[in-house]
Amino acid sequence: MSALAAAADLSGSGGPGFLSPTGAEVAFVLIGLVVLGSALLVVTTKQIVHAALWLVVTLGGLAAEYLLLTAEFIAWVQVLIYIGAVVVLLLFGLMLTRAPIGRSAELDSASKWPALLVAGAAAATLLTVVVDAFHAAYLDLGETGDGSARVTGESLFRVWVLPFEVLSVLLLAALIGAIILSRSRGDDADRRR
Amino acid sequence: MHLVYPLILAVLLFCIGLYGVLARRNAILVLMSVELMLNAVNINLVAFDMWLRDTLHAGQALTLFVITIAAAEIGLGLAIVLMVFRNRATSDVAALRELAEPGAGPKSAASSARTAPGNEAA
Repeated sequence: MSALAAAADLSGSGGPGFLSPTGAEVAFVLIGLVVLGSALLVVTTKQIVHAALWLVVTLGGLAAEYLLLTAEFIAWVQVLIYIGAVVVLLLFGLMLTRAPIGRSAELDSASKWPALLVAGAAAATLLTVVVDAFHAAYLDLGETGDGSARVTGESLFRVWVLPFEVLSVLLLAALIGAIILSRSRGDDADRRR
Repeated sequence: MHLVYPLILAVLLFCIGLYGVLARRNAILVLMSVELMLNAVNINLVAFDMWLRDTLHAGQALTLFVITIAAAEIGLGLAIVLMVFRNRATSDVAALRELAEPGAGPKSAASSARTAPGNEAA
């Protein structure tokens, strides 16, 4: 990781052109292609369980992208919470709603082509604006250690401690709400199939 | 690293998630697409935090908050999906038309009359 950051730092003075990419940029683009391909499979695959497994690839690739952006702590939080908790929760949800194993038709709604149109238009607009605004911006990832767990933890518990505590209460309330919502009451046990 | 690489990745990931939200019928697949959109936002936050050299690290702190809120959202969303599945035996978002305007859906009146007991339990 430090070798990659150093490689970015060596040629980073003055913002080199797009035709001489650094090692970190090459790695970023390659992992980005993997992320985008597996994200496309998440939204287009015909097998529901495979969508959850491709989501693991997408989120893991994003964790690697965070590492390349020198945000180490975010990367490990991504691995722990998204891959460790959210995907497992999604798989449990798929199994509890009796998702069929194997190919199932009727996964895409009738509004598939309008959805494609909206997504394509949004992508074209955002790409135009973003490239026009930031094509000259250069991200100098030096040896600052901005994303290490020490720096992130210090800013989190010195500056952002009140939002952090409010958020922990919010998470507790959401999880208690989820438990109460999904608790099976005695009177609807006979209504279930 | 040029700033446009993370930004383009974020834009494309966001639009893939947007397509998934609009085109999928299974409620859990819709939730997965929402996760893709939230992750695209997180890339933007981290990239701009690094670019602006924020001394308070607002971007990274906000990324952690977004990840936490996504976890809360997926917990509540799955609880609601499971309850809908328990009452209606379906997780198809196109079949849930009880809150549509009268006459908007092809069979909204019949389905709302059929599942009225499930509504009051909810």
